[in-house]
This record gives sequence, structure tokens and C-alpha cells, in this order.
Amino acid sequence: MSMNRRHFMSHLAASAALTAPVAASFTSALRANAKDMQKRKKACIMLFMNAGPPTIDIWDLKPGAPTGGPFKPIDTSASGVQISEHMPLMAKQMHHTAILRSMSTREADHNRGRYYMHTGYVPNPSVEHPSYGAVIAKECGNPEVDIPPFVSVGGASYGPGFLGMSYAPFVVDANGDVRNLNMNMEAPRLAQRLRLLGEIEGSFAGQARGEAPIEHKKVIDRTVALMTSDQMKAFKIDDEDAAVKERYGVAVPGAAAAGAGMMRRNTTFGRSCLIARRLVERGVPFVEVEMGGWDLHQNTHTTLKDTLLPVLDQGMSALIEDLSQRGMLEDTAVVWMGDFGRTPRINARAGRDHWARCWSTVVAGGGMKGGQAVGATNEDGTAVADGVDPIKSEDLMASVLKGLGISLETTYTSKNNRPMKIANSGKVIKELFA
Amino acid sequence: MTKWFQGICCTFVGAGACAIALLQPHASSTAAEIAAATDASPATRELPRSASGNVNDQDIVKYINEQIRKGWQEAAINPSPPATDNEWCRRVYLDVIGRLPTVEELDAYLKSGGPDKRLKLVSMLTGEAITSNPKEQAAADKYLEEYARHWASKYSILFVGRPPAQRANRELVNRDGMQAYLRGSFLRNKPWDKIVEEIVSATGTTSPGSPEFNGATNFLVNKLAENASEATAKTAKYFLGIQVQCTQCHNHPFNDWKQDQFWGLNAFFRQTKSVQNRNGQNVEYVTLDNEDFAGEGSNPKEAEIYFELRNGELRVAYPTFVDGTKINSSGYVNEVDRRSELAKMIVKHENFGKAFANRMWGHFLGYGFTKPVDDMGPHNPVTHPELLDRLGQEFAARGHNVKDMIKWITLSEAYSLSSKSTPRNKKDDPSLGEKPLFSHFYIRQMQAEELYESLLAATKAAEGDPDEQAAKKSMWLQQFTVTFGNDEGDEATTFDGTIPQVLMLMNGDLTKTALTSNFMSQLTAGNLAMPDKISYLYQATLSRKPTSRELALAMASQGKNAQDVLQDVFWALLNSNEFIFNH
Repeated sequence: MSMNRRHFMSHLAASAALTAPVAASFTSALRANAKDMQKRKKACIMLFMNAGPPTIDIWDLKPGAPTGGPFKPIDTSASGVQISEHMPLMAKQMHHTAILRSMSTREADHNRGRYYMHTGYVPNPSVEHPSYGAVIAKECGNPEVDIPPFVSVGGASYGPGFLGMSYAPFVVDANGDVRNLNMNMEAPRLAQRLRLLGEIEGSFAGQARGEAPIEHKKVIDRTVALMTSDQMKAFKIDDEDAAVKERYGVAVPGAAAAGAGMMRRNTTFGRSCLIARRLVERGVPFVEVEMGGWDLHQNTHTTLKDTLLPVLDQGMSALIEDLSQRGMLEDTAVVWMGDFGRTPRINARAGRDHWARCWSTVVAGGGMKGGQAVGATNEDGTAVADGVDPIKSEDLMASVLKGLGISLETTYTSKNNRPMKIANSGKVIKELFA
Repeated sequence: MTKWFQGICCTFVGAGACAIALLQPHASSTAAEIAAATDASPATRELPRSASGNVNDQDIVKYINEQIRKGWQEAAINPSPPATDNEWCRRVYLDVIGRLPTVEELDAYLKSGGPDKRLKLVSMLTGEAITSNPKEQAAADKYLEEYARHWASKYSILFVGRPPAQRANRELVNRDGMQAYLRGSFLRNKPWDKIVEEIVSATGTTSPGSPEFNGATNFLVNKLAENASEATAKTAKYFLGIQVQCTQCHNHPFNDWKQDQFWGLNAFFRQTKSVQNRNGQNVEYVTLDNEDFAGEGSNPKEAEIYFELRNGELRVAYPTFVDGTKINSSGYVNEVDRRSELAKMIVKHENFGKAFANRMWGHFLGYGFTKPVDDMGPHNPVTHPELLDRLGQEFAARGHNVKDMIKWITLSEAYSLSSKSTPRNKKDDPSLGEKPLFSHFYIRQMQAEELYESLLAATKAAEGDPDEQAAKKSMWLQQFTVTFGNDEGDEATTFDGTIPQVLMLMNGDLTKTALTSNFMSQLTAGNLAMPDKISYLYQATLSRKPTSRELALAMASQGKNAQDVLQDVFWALLNSNEFIFNH
């Protein structure tokens, strides 16, 4: 039982004799200028492959090389671009998609790699950098949307760094369930509780005890907004067409068993991708979808073929196709990445270990040019090919932000008063905007 | 908010393996022996020397204060005024036993007197209070139980993480077993070096009730994959404050660590064998043992291992400690038990005491002397190097007595200061990336376990079957865990001040239960006047009385019955920043 916003506001207004600091934040939505309106249509969906996907088996195959593994490449809808035979559905979406084959990132420890790929900065003990989600939430967020501008479905993502808790990821599980959302409380009573809370909260926040109590107060305000919002329906996929659900790989109860190829399994990844599209439609500028299970130190190829790639192929291809069919792809960047890649060398347990020196990431939409593979690795995939510019995390980030219309001249001030250029002054990958 | 504020969060309380009967107060530092010791301010009285060390507690606290003050002088800043007695009491309960003081406990502390009242409280909370009255002794022993449970929880989370939201019973590690071992150790005040030796050299089985149960085996049991590379990295990191994980594959880019040192350390773990005992997909228990190791060159007399440099060149390694000490490289267990040899060297290494001191300082003060606390070395500056050295040395000299360390830190001036900054120390803010100078107390959010235990205490709901309580708590905590599913065992918590946490506190079952608890019914029906009832709730949660404004606001809800009014007040208190922050 979600409380209606207008109803709730009327109660707060009725008791305006007592100061109600919480109410102010609801009503302070700013009038947006034209440029802001433009940015507000933009969004980014990050598909994060947690623990390091073996991109040499997915996007940059080396058939015949000793490092190549058993998979064969297949042709795709992008002329001259081949990908793994176990990605047949994505092969049909490659005209929207660009593979960046010369990623070179140096960080092969999970924590450090995840941090670097999410922020464009290597970890530094004296400053916490904001992640993609926080930056895009800040730059493209729409104050009229109650859902937090940075949502992470099924994973933890990375935090807001010095941008503050207002831009922290809103973490929900892969089913889009938001726990404890319903208060089941009469509006006047909630208003009384919030008045009492506002008094303690405001007084403590004003006592020079650092930023944290002040940030806490902002999060309280956002949470109240969320509890009384109809927009939360975006997390529930029940009202989607059966065909759409099937395309994403979400089982439809009662539907006939699907034919070979299409409906492989009921996957949380597919469901999360569908939730991501719904959130973007509702005005959320950044959604991260996590898919795990990639730490393939052993049995890499069996696991890829039987488990991971069918799931990835279905969900990712459905998302890109769906965004394209709805006319949303031009304004929505899809970014596929992991902590790092995996070793070209196949170890004694038929596995691949951590490898950051040369690997692939993938982008689609968001103003970036698809249908191509940018950069290349050498014959056996052990280094970026001679004469090819290596692509760093910050270059990818700069390119995605540019595609979303965010100025790369934007500079933030970190908490220790250091100016921090957005995306760590990364260089735009020019092929994506040719 | 920095990453340092996240992290530690826990799961099971102990499995009931150890009883109060095991209580053996540590001989060297009972409350009686040092009853006259210092408050935070420099004291003048001569104190008895402690039994096992050459320096008494007061001198160490004095040294801490001098070193910290030196930092203020160099940075030309002034400390904040002292925290109020209420604030200090709240803080010390949270940090030493993991929950807020009840109204009665707070009151008892405020009414206590004498220059040593702080020492007395810390001694009581660490379970050292000795009385001749059996009834009072039973009450005092309850604190020992809480103390042991709190630290077992903290260190269990560090060593084996929180349980995943799903399929915890498919994991090799048994967290009940880890907690039971740690809880027993803290109950008996087992010295830290003994604990670490037992953990590093452990053999036996992981699950309480399994044959040859030894909960200490849980530290290693889930870190043996990939030739025990995680066991190598975590042992160096947690017990010596040395981070070697990157050197598995290459020489460290930022410090002096080389790849051969990683593998030299790794070689100590290679006699280790683990055997799983499964029931279907569930792990019943795992047996950790040592077996003869032939080495990768198949010569057990010289059991060597090989590793590959980045250029593909193959190198050989033998068991070699971080300081270069080599041991007999025989792989036969009856000739050399490599892990036992390693354990002995670890606890004698100069970093061993420092690593513990640094982690404990970080626990109590919000920031350690290095960031992170377990990455020490020439590449990472230490805020107070002499102090860290001295704490490490004194800790070793005192026989690695954990309670001594707790006493020194909680009685220090830095720990006694207000969390309000002043214009004279505003720049001392480590959340801005500045080096911490400890000129005011750095506030941080309570951990999920601390919130849970505090609510049990506040609503007097802590009684009941301990196993059932533990299971309930564990279930509740799982909602916050997000695991990354990689070979470093990384995990995160959503109990980090973001919306899911706020939603849980506003609408979750825990709050509902607290609001409708017997405690609330009794308070509502009780004889106190309404303002006193409201005041009681403020003290139970914020450890202070309401301001006149707050009281007026609470009393102003017209036409409400007493139960609703009190529930609304309690709800607001539980959701406030002042409640959730340790300040």
C-alpha cells in the first residue's frame, strides 16, 4: 500500500505551523533550462561482468593460436567484425555495437580493477573518486524523478566518492525487489514522525560533526520521496508484454515452451536488463546491471559455453534490440565491461587467470558509432597490436560521457580541495564519433 | 564518506561452545591491580607496575597523549574540548561490547565517581570486574560474555566475511565454527600471539560437533584454492600488515615486495590438505590437515615450488619468511611442519604487534595510523610512526594482552575528545583525505550488528535461547550483504547509509518489533509522567535527555493516545543521525 504523494503532501501542508524541513526538499524541484532538458533524455546502462570476463573467448577470438581456445568466430551484422560462435543473438546486433579491442589497464587485482574501471582512476588512499553512476547521476539527473538517479540491479557497483551520498548507488536485488518500501501508515501520523525526526536530525547535522550527519539527512529526504512515489512501478516487470519478457529470457508462466534458440532459460541477468530499460524509460539516467561468475580460473570454456555466454547473449542482445526498437538507443549508452580480461595462456586447469594488459570492452548507442571493432590485439592476444593506441579506462569513460552530451571540461572539487577533471582527463576514442 | 567506514559487519553470535566457567581473568592487569590508574588527563600519582611488563598502563597512556599532542603542535591546531560523560559512555559501550548502554547502565556510570571511573567502566566491559558478591559477579560476567561475542564477531567478519545471502551452507567455511573458536579465545583472554599461532597452524575440522572440531581451521579452509594464494595474501595482510597479493604475478610496483617473496611465503602453505565432507551440495564439515609435500620437482627432501615471471621464465621457491629466514625445505611433515614454523615466525616479527595496534586504533578512533590499516611499509606513510612502534612493542612486552590494548586506547585523550570540530581544528578531517591528527573524535556509522544488539538492549529483548537469537540475527544481517564472487572473497554491505538502510530502519521488521515490544507496553503503562517516559526513550537511544524543544514537539501531538505518542518518538529516535552515528 503505497501512499499517494498528493495526499501525503496535503498533510504536511496542513501542519505547516510546525516547521517541516523534510517537505521543502519535495517542492524545491528546479525549473530546468533547455540544455538541462536535453541532457535529461540521456542515460547509460552499464553491464558489469563481475570478476573479469575472458574477452578473448567472446569478442576478440584468436582461432588457431595456441592461446585461442576451442571457440570459433562467426560473422555478424557488422561487416568484417566477428565474435564468438556462442554469441549468435549478439551477432545480429553488432551493427549497433562497437568492440574496443585494445583496452589496456594494468590493474589485475579484483578490487583495484573494479575501482579503476568504474571511476577512471586508480585507487588512491587520500581520495575516493566518483563512479560512472555518480557522475552521470549528477550531470543528467532529473529532480522530478523520485527514483534515485543511480540504480544498481543485482550488485553493489561503486560509490559516489567525494560527490557525496546523494549520488550513492541505490542497490536493489536482481528481481527489482525493494525491501521495506511500504510503511502502512496514515499520512498525519507519518507527518508527525517526520517532524520529530527533522528536529533531531537538523540539530545534530548543525553541530560541526562533519559531513556524514548532513548527508544522512539528505538520504532521509530522498527515501521519504521514494516511499510515496508511484514511479516505483518501474521495478516491476509484470505489466510487460509476454513477448518482450521472452526476448529478455524471463520465463512467462503458462507460455508454451519456446523453440530452440530463443528462450533458453529464466535468467536474472535478462530480468535485470529489462528492469534497466524500464528505469531509463522512467527517467533514471544510470543503471548498472551486474552479472557474476566470471572468475574462471578453471574450466573456462565449458562454463562459458554451457552457462555464461547463453545468458549474456540473450540478455544483452535483447536490451540493445529493444532500446533500438523503442527509439531509445541513440540517447542511451550501453557499456559492457569487467574488472579486467583473462590470460591468453590457458592454465593447467583449463582456466584463464587475471589479465589487464590487453582485453576488450563493448559499447552501443548513446551517440557512439556502432558496427565496428576499434583497435586490435596481436596474433595470440598477448599484447595490443603494434601501432595501435591502447585504450585506458578513462578514455572509455570520457567517450561515454561525451556521447551523453556531458562536457569533458567539467571539473569537480574533491573534498581536499583538489580540482578533479571529469573522467580523469581521458581522451575521447575518436573512432566512436567518426 | 570513506571506504574505511564500510566493511566490518557480522553474522552469528557464538555457537555456545564456551561457557562462563572458562573465565580466567588475566593475571597481569586486573582492575584491582591498576585501580588507581589514569583518566584521560595527565595524572600524577605513582602506580604499581604491572606484573608482566616493565611499564605501567598509565605511562603508556601518557606516552600516547604526548605523541598525539605533538602532532597537534606541529600542525598548529588545538584539540576539541572533552566529550561529555554521556557521549564517552555511549562510545565506549559501542566500541568495547558492540551496543549502546541501557538507561540504567548510563545512569550508573554518570553517578560513579573518582578519578578512575573511566578505567573502572572499561575494566567492567572487558569482563575484568571482580567482586566477592556472587550476585554482582554474575552480572559482571555477563559483560565478559558480551565482550567476547563482540570481538569474535568483529574478527570473524575480518577473517571469513559475512555469510552470503544465499547458499551459505555450500561454502567451505563454517562461520559458527570460526565464531565459536574466537569467542572461546576472547572469553579466556587468550593472548593475541597464541590466537594467531593457532589459526595459522590449525588442523582439525571446521563445524561445531564434527569429529576433531577446531574452529580455528576456518580461517584457512576457504583460502586454499589456486595453490593457497589467498591464504598467503591474507595471512601477510591481517597479521603483519603487509599486502603481497599483487606480487603473486609480478614485482610490486609501489613497494619493495618481489614476486619470489610471495612464493617463498606461499611455500609454507603447501603441505596443507583439505577434505570436504558433503551431504549432497551442502558442506557438513571440512577437515584441514598437513600431508607430506613432494614439491613440484618431486623431491620431498627438497620440496620446491615453481612460479613464472611475466617474461615466462620459470623460477623456484622454498619456504622463506618475509624477513628472508629460510627453514629446512623438507616436505615431510614429521621433519618440518611448515605452517607451525611460519606461525612462530609471524608472532615474533616486529610488524606483528604493530599490525594489531594499528587495526585496534582504527577500530576505536575511526582511522588507523595508516590507510588502510593493514598496508604498512615504506610506501605508505604512517601518521604517528613512533607511537605505532611503541604500541607494538608494549603490546608484545605485555604478552600480547588484547585487553591492555583496549585499555590504553580507550583511556587516551584522543578517544575522550568531543566529535564536534572547532575552528581551531576544522582542517583535521581525514574524510577529506587529510592525514588524521585525532584532534576530535571522528564520527562513524554504527555497524549493522551494533544496531541490532543495541535495539535488543534498549528494548530489553536480549533474553531467550541464545541459538535462536543467533539464528534470527544472522537472518536479519544477510539482507545487507552483497558478494562479488571472486577469488579475493570481496563483499560489500548496503548497510552503509544509503536508501536501503534508511528504508529498513523506517519500515523494517526490526523497528516494528521494537516499537511494539513488551518494553514499550510497559513503558506506556508505567507510572512515569509523560515527559519522563519520552526522556527515557531519548536516553535509551541517544544517551542524553531531550531538549525542551524536542520535548515540546513530542508532547504537541494533540488527541493521541500515549502509546502512539511514544511509538512516534521512538521511531523518530531510531531513524535519526544522532542515533546511528557513533559520536
